[in-house]
Order: sequence, then structure tokens, then C-alpha cells
Amino acid sequence: MENSLESIVEKAEKELAEAQSLSVVEEIRVSYLGKKGVFTRQMKTLGSLSPEERPIVGATINHAKQQFQTLLEQRKAQLENELLSKRLSEETIDVTLPGRGQSVGGVHPVTRTMRRIEQIFNRIGFDVAMGPEVEDDFHNFEALNIPAHHPARAMHDTFYFDEHTLLRTHTSPVQIRVMENQQPPLKVIAPGRVYRCDSDITHTPMFHQVEGFVVDKNINFADLKGVISEFLKAFFEKDVSVRFRPSYFPFTEPSAEVDIECVMCEGKGCRVCGHTGWLEVLGCGMIHPEVFRHINIDSDEFTGFAFGMGVERLTMLRYKINDLRLFFENDLKFLRQFN
Amino acid sequence: MLVNEAWLKEFVDYAIPTERLTEKLTMAGLEVDSVNAAAAEFTGVVVGEVLSVAPHPNADKLRLCKVSVGDTEPLDIVCGASNVRVALRIPVATIGAVLPGNFNIKPSKLRGEPSNGMLCSEEELGLADSADGLMELPSDAPVGVDIREYLQLDDTIIEVDLTPNRADCLSIEGVAREISCFTNQPFNGVKPAVIDVTTEDIKQVVVEAPDDCPRYLGRIIKGLDRSATTPIWMQEKLRRCGQRSLGPLVDVTNYVLLELGQPLHAFDLNKIEGDIVVRRGRAGESLELLNEQTITLDESVLVIADQKRALAFAGVMGGQASAVNDETTDIFLECAFFTPISIAGKSRQFGLHTDSSHRFERGVDPELCYRAIDRATELLVGIAGGQVGSITDATSVKTMPVNNQVSFRFERIQRVLGIELEEATVESYFTSLGMGLEKMADEWLVTAPSYRFDIAIEADLIEEVARLYGYDNLPQNSLNVSASLAAIEEKIQPLDRIKDLLVDLGYQEAITYSFTDEAALKKLTPNDELYPLQNPISSDLAVMRTTLWAGLLKAMDANNKRNEETVRFFETGLKFTVEKGQLVQEQVLSLLVTGQAQPEQWGEPSRAIDFYDLKHDIEAILAVNNMAADYQFKSAVHDALHPGQTAQLLNKDGEQVGYIGLLHPALESEFDIKKPVYLAELKQSLIQTRHIPEFQAITKYPPVRRDLALIVEENFPVNEIVSYIYSTYDLVSDVVVFDVYQGKGVESGRKSVALGLILQDKSKTLAEQDIEELIGELLKNIKNLFDAQLRE
Repeated sequence: MENSLESIVEKAEKELAEAQSLSVVEEIRVSYLGKKGVFTRQMKTLGSLSPEERPIVGATINHAKQQFQTLLEQRKAQLENELLSKRLSEETIDVTLPGRGQSVGGVHPVTRTMRRIEQIFNRIGFDVAMGPEVEDDFHNFEALNIPAHHPARAMHDTFYFDEHTLLRTHTSPVQIRVMENQQPPLKVIAPGRVYRCDSDITHTPMFHQVEGFVVDKNINFADLKGVISEFLKAFFEKDVSVRFRPSYFPFTEPSAEVDIECVMCEGKGCRVCGHTGWLEVLGCGMIHPEVFRHINIDSDEFTGFAFGMGVERLTMLRYKINDLRLFFENDLKFLRQFN
Repeated sequence: MLVNEAWLKEFVDYAIPTERLTEKLTMAGLEVDSVNAAAAEFTGVVVGEVLSVAPHPNADKLRLCKVSVGDTEPLDIVCGASNVRVALRIPVATIGAVLPGNFNIKPSKLRGEPSNGMLCSEEELGLADSADGLMELPSDAPVGVDIREYLQLDDTIIEVDLTPNRADCLSIEGVAREISCFTNQPFNGVKPAVIDVTTEDIKQVVVEAPDDCPRYLGRIIKGLDRSATTPIWMQEKLRRCGQRSLGPLVDVTNYVLLELGQPLHAFDLNKIEGDIVVRRGRAGESLELLNEQTITLDESVLVIADQKRALAFAGVMGGQASAVNDETTDIFLECAFFTPISIAGKSRQFGLHTDSSHRFERGVDPELCYRAIDRATELLVGIAGGQVGSITDATSVKTMPVNNQVSFRFERIQRVLGIELEEATVESYFTSLGMGLEKMADEWLVTAPSYRFDIAIEADLIEEVARLYGYDNLPQNSLNVSASLAAIEEKIQPLDRIKDLLVDLGYQEAITYSFTDEAALKKLTPNDELYPLQNPISSDLAVMRTTLWAGLLKAMDANNKRNEETVRFFETGLKFTVEKGQLVQEQVLSLLVTGQAQPEQWGEPSRAIDFYDLKHDIEAILAVNNMAADYQFKSAVHDALHPGQTAQLLNKDGEQVGYIGLLHPALESEFDIKKPVYLAELKQSLIQTRHIPEFQAITKYPPVRRDLALIVEENFPVNEIVSYIYSTYDLVSDVVVFDVYQGKGVESGRKSVALGLILQDKSKTLAEQDIEELIGELLKNIKNLFDAQLRE
């Protein structure tokens, strides 16, 4: 009997070793443990034994059965592992091949800069306003204290459609349009396209400005200096030196031009800053009483400041672009650099 | 404007170095553009006198000269200049001299003859860009003296960029006056000598336009020495201010213009017939100007005339017929005040920008005339002698400007500038600026000097206080903002979100000019009225765009030429159309795609972009706005697009959102395009509207899918069935078009469309019988409505 069980286990071990798939292993399992299996048949022989012999022989059969089950599980695990390894090996890909799908584009560098400017001013509660690009003489000039024949008009090479209709030469008319419709307090920036009849290496007939203004009861020049200095430091992410110097705009008084320490040479003097160490970046001032008069705001009660900056100029300084004309050529090799 | 330090120092003896001066000028609002030495670096050049000139034995064009340079032996110098002659005084570069460009002068031999030095031209000394001979020095130039010392060449030329309000600084004297304010050094202006009247001759002046010309002074100067030459010191000063010497008459008027800022004009007395008349031009009258340009006058132009004709364009330029020349001995010298308004715009209108018009249109000190005419007389008589007549003074008291008086509230300094100043400080500022000051009970009455006519209101005075206090010294605050929170309109999709979506879909944002060429627009939008510029910069940038496609097509073409085959551009901006005679400026979003649908890669075959790729991107915008169900595409016609591949996008209210389609093949050649280009243009306001979501309970019952293959006529728009099913059957929650087929098995002229219907009842599990009933009815309906048959 014992010999016979031993040989059964030996045989099964041999069969399992030869089995090359899980289904064969399953067949083997059935042939030993199934209803008609070897061990089942062995157990049935117990009935013919004496009560004394039965537990002894039964234990022997169970022992052999357990041996078989262990062998079976081992082989099964082995085959499963082989199968998994095979699948893993089959499913191996070249992960160094490039990914698939659409490429990603980008916004124009001018938009990129305008967004930065808007974000910075939004943080301190500025609203964004827009205005028409074909403007009338009143909003672009008259209301900004630039009457006909004012020498300042010579500084604005204006595109005209007729005597009173023109392409706005700056974003300042948005100041007027906002103040015509809203009462102070006002904190507004107005980004957009502007046009001057001028085209050479340093001028394009269209460019972008961001106008900003604040009107309230107690706004003074110190507030203007604060906002502009903080803006420039925020924009350039740098503690740049900023200087204010007197200038002239018909729609502000006092007026100032703002220079920052040259970001190219850090104020040492280079070609970009004309060896002065300073770069002119924006114009600003306290809103002229005549401007307030045009839109019926009492300049004794309210004061305000306004500023205007060239977006291309700031973009060139921020990203070290050396040619203004690149902005409107829309060369993909240029545009993609700002993605 | 160019000013030089040596001249400035005649009026204000400041002690600060150049670098400090220029910084102070800039910080005072007189922006310094550049600083240059009056002469290039050179050494070893002295005044010499030519003692003898002999021919060179071996060269026709060279001469052998003996030149005295003072106490030493005369030098032998070979010279090739044509104007070399005995007794001429010239700059001599002696042995050891170093000329500009590091040119060393050594003893040499020229064609066998020794030469110990070099006679110099202005060009060789770096004083002029070109020269046609030796620099001729006056006969009293001190022989042997270093030329730098003699001509005071160690001087600095400063270029100042003046703002239009500071017309008072358009002169050496004006800038010096400003320097005296911020250096606290006394200002010593020009005080001309008292002029002796030596002839009885006078000319009458009739001012018919006293509003334009409140003051006109004139005087006769006769018997000028025609051979007189401009002294070297004057030539040098003129040169440093950018003026060439053109003979004493012109030089003196230019000199006074530069020194005092007063334009003057000299007429040849013998070419004037009768009295001088200051009047407006007459229609049809013409005037030949000094630059030989003939202008046609009209009522708007102020002229100086005699009894017969217009002689000069007042304040702008003299006329040819009354011009002085080398023969002139007798002149009538004009020194007038023309109002800015009478001159403004005129130089631009006629394209004549002169030093005179530049000053008059910005404003000249109306009180300057007397001093200026005497200064010019003094200088001219000093150079060329002559008899001086008395001044004819035609001043209209009624129209003469008076000095501005401005009320000034001291507390406004604090209010506007945020600084507390002592009254005495402010008083001293005003005094240094030449302002009169009268303290009243509540305010000050400040009187601006005649040259500061730009000071007109209180704010102007506050700026002066700020300037003298120093902008950099003014305090700086963090803005104290009133923090009211405004609502954010959620039903408007921020444009930035849409731009970012397109960027993520592979688009580059382009920015093209808002004006373009007429021809392109006429092809793309032949029915739109165009809005042309009056003064375009060029013909291809002459008309406002009626569509952004013109600019995008140009940009695409340029990129194609740079080997960029695939282009996906979008641009946002205004388009300009005329509706019912009114200009409409409308924000649009435009898209252009061409080339490959996906970047080239290894895994899938490449495929050209088509209509549906672009349509997907527009659908993505609608999806981002949660608005897909409210918008529909309909087959449409557009002049610029292929009639078989054009759709218009409509919103729920039937409003036209825009067009999408393939560029019309007939336009491909017009735009020199060789492959399909898909375009879209959408009204921004309509693609920025979005749904604010409203929560719907999530159903737990499972959806059921039924697929139907339908046969329809081949040109039938599938969306009609899809939207019919959506709108008719509430149980249908989604319809997927998963196949469109034509060919074997489908009758020709018809197509098979496979639809997947997703059915969902939110309140119960759908019973098979209900589904069958619904599908049965649906098939019957679409057969009747659309001739759609179930494919067998």
C-alpha cells in the first residue's frame, strides 16, 4: 500500500513536471483529485479495511494527497510565472519612442506680456476696460487736452480716415470713455492696439499699449510712484532701480517719464540703454484738470494719476528680443519660443 | 537741440562737471540724449602761417611750402590743397602730433621732397565730415598757439530732447537760465549794447493781421561790407550747434536764434517795393521760398508782403525774390512775434519744418523782440559795418499776450504731491524761476515770466515745485486701495480660456496688422464696403481689414516659404465693416489651419488636415462653454469659401456666429496657395457666452444602446436626423454617428449612416418592449420625414 502511494506521488510529480500549460495541470488535478481520481479511488478502498487499519491507512493516503497538492500548486505557480514573464516580455515596448498626439501651440509674446501686466494690476483691484481702435478726434486728442495744432500732435503721427476720424494713437482715449460712463473711485487698465504712421527699425505702424489710471478723493503723486515702482519690480521679478524724471504729456500735470536700470547691463551702460544705464519704460502723471473738466469730474474733489506703457518694449526687455519687427512677422520660429 | 558748455558758461558759471550737469538736466525734464566732445581727440596742432609756396619738382598737384609756427625755424611742408597760398593762416600738425584716428605725424618725404608736418583741413581735425581744402583761419589768428586753445575745442556738445512745453529752453540762454535754477548760480543774460542810429531811413510796417502778429519790429541796415566774413568764434559756435556758416548775414540771424531763441529774417532792402505788410495770403497767390519750393497761398497762411507781392512765409521761411545774397549791402531786418496758433500746423501742411517754425509754433517769448533785434544789429555791424536805422515798431497792445497769472493754493502741494514743504522753500523755487509772487488771504497769485507762457494753471506750478524739489526726492506710497469686490460674470467665458484651449489644440496665436491691402479684402469679402485710410504708410497697409483672414493668409504664406508646411494660427481682434453707412468695429476670433492633422510621427499614417479637424476645434470651444447643444452648423455659402465645404455656425436664437470652410479653390491662385487651407471666423461675443451649470440628479438605471444603419440620399445632412431624434425623443440621451459609408452594398446616390442611440430612462430600467416600440416609431417617422430606410 505504502509503496503504491509513493509510486502514485512519484508518477504525479513526473506528470506535473512534464505539463507545459495550466490546462494540462488542471487535467492532472482532476485525474488525481476528481470524482474518479486516483486519490478518490484510494479513499474508497478504506471501507474494506478493519476499523483498526482504517485511520492508519487513511492518514497515509491523506499525506500522499497533500504531497500531491503541494506539488500541484508549485507547478501551477511556476507555470503562471512563466506565462506572466512571457506576457511581460511580449508586451515590452520602446519607451524611448516619442509620444503621440497633437503638438501644443502658444500665445503671442505680446499677449503673454499683457497677461502678466493684467495679472499684476488685477491683484490690487484694477478692472480691465477696452475701447474702439477707430476713434474720434475728441477722445483721442481734444478731451486729452491736445487741441488741434497742439505741438504734441506732431509727436503722434496719426492715421486719419477723415478730418475727425482716426486710428487711436494711444490707449489714453479709454480713460475718457470710462470716465464718461463711470464715477470715481476708478482703478482701470486698458490694454490694446494703437497706431502711428511710422515704420522703421524701431517703429511699427501698429503696436500695443497698456493704459492705466486711478481716480479717487485722495490720490497723489506718491501713490503713482508707489504703484509704478511696485509694478516694475513685480513685472521684472527683480528689485530694479526706478527713476522718475519730469516730462510732458498734455493730459497729465505733473508728468513724469519712468526709467528703470538697464536690465541688459544692470545699469553699467550698453548698446540697448544707449550707454546711459537707464531704460525709458513708461510715461505717467497726475491727470490734468482740463481732462477732468472735459468729462465733468470736479478736479478739486477728485485727483488721479494715469500711466501708459509700451507692451512690445516691455516684452523685448523681459525676453531679450532685439528686433521690434519680429512681433508682426508671425514667424513660427519666433512665436514658438514663447510657448 | 544742441547746446555746448562753453557757450552756456557765458551765461551761467556753474561749477559742476559735465556728467553731473547732464544728469541734472535730465532730472529737471530736459532729457539729455547724447554728450559729445566738440572736437575729436588730437594733439600737436598749432596755428601756422604760410610764408612761401613753390611748385613741387616731381608732382603737379603738390606744393612746397614754408610755414611759420612761431619762434622756431619755418617748417618745410609739402601740401596738396588747392587753397594753399602765401600769408594764409592754417592749422599745422607738427612733428609728433597725433590726429584723430591715432594718425601720427612724422618727418617724411613726398615724391623726394622733405615734409615736416601737415597743413590740415577741418575734416582732418575731425571738425567736419568733409572739407574741400585747408581750414582757413583768420589773418589775426596767433601763430604758434595750440589750435585747441585758440578755438576753445575742449568743449562738450550736449543734445537735449525738449518736450513741447519747454519752448523757453529752445536757446542757449534758455537752457542756461534753467541751469541757474538748479545750480543756484546767477544767470547773466545777453545785454546788447545801445545801438546808435546812423541813418534816417526807415520802412513803414502795416500789420493787417494783429491777431497773428501782435508785434513786428524792423529796421534798415545799409552799406554792409560785402567782403566781410563771419568771425571764427561765431563759426565755431554755429558749428557746435549743428549750423554751417553761410556768410555774415545768415550767420548772425542764426546765431541770435540759437543764442536767444528768437527767429529773425533779413530781406534784401532793394528787393522790397514800398511798405511792409503783414497779412494773410490771398487765394491763388504763390510764393517761391528760399528752398526753391513754390507754394500756393490761401487765407490760412500768414505772409510778409510788400506793396506788390508776398515776400515770405511768416515765421516759417523767407522768399527767394527778396533773399539776401553775396551782393547784398542793404537789408531790412525783421524781428517779430507770431502767435503759435498762426504758425502751428503750417510747417506740416507744407512739409516745411524750419528752426523758425519749430520755435514759433511752440511759442517764442513775446518780450524778446527788442533785445534780439539789437543783439543781431550789434553783431552784424560789428562784422560788416553799415548804417543802422531806427526800429519800426508795429505792436498791437490789444493782441499782445500778457504774462500769465495763476492762483495757487499752497495746500495743493500736499494734496497732489504728498509732501509738506515750508512756504519759504516754495517761494524760493518760484523766485528762482523768475515768477512774481503776491500772497493773498487764501491763495497766492503767481505771475509767470513772459518766457514761461506754458505756466497756465495751478497744476503747472505744482509740477515746477516737484521739479525743483526733485522727482526722485518725492515720497512713494503703496496705493491705499478701496477693496470693493465686483461680481465676476460667469456666463461670459474669459477670452484667455478660449485662447488657452486653442493653444492646447496646437494653435499659435498670430498678431497681424489691422490694415491690409485692398485687393486681398476685395477677394475675400467682395460685398463688404471697405474703410480706407487717408494717409496709409504703404499701399499694402491701406484699408482696414474686413476679415482677419487676409492677415492670416499672408502670415501662413510667409511661413510656408520658410518651410513650415503645417500652420495652425488663431488671431483675435477687431474687424471693420460699414453697415448702413456706419462703421462697425467687431471683435472676432479667426482660425487658419493647413498641412498635417498631427505632427509627423512613427505610429500612425500622416493625414492632411480637413474640414472636420477645424470643426472639432470649434466644437471644443463650444464644449468648454457647455454650449454645444445650443449651437448648430449649417451648410452655407461664403464668397471666400468652397461652396461644398462651408458651414455657418448659428446659435440657439439663429444669430450668425460665423463661418468655417475651405478656402475657395478659385482664390488659391490669387493668394498663391497650393494646398487646402481651412478658415473660420467667429464673433467673439457669441463664442464667449457659456452656460452656468445646473445640477441634474444622477440616475442609477442603466443606459441601453441600440445601433441603427440607415440609408439616406447621399447629400442628405446627417445632423438633421440626429437633431430630430434629440429634440423628439426625451429617452434618447445621446446619439453617436459611428460610420458613414458609400459603395458596395449601398445603392449609388445614397449613403449608409450608422447611428448609436443611447437610451436612458431616469426613473426606471427600460423594458425591452418599450425600446422596441420607440425604435419602431422612430424608424417610421424618419422614413416619412427624411426618406431614411433601415439598412437590410
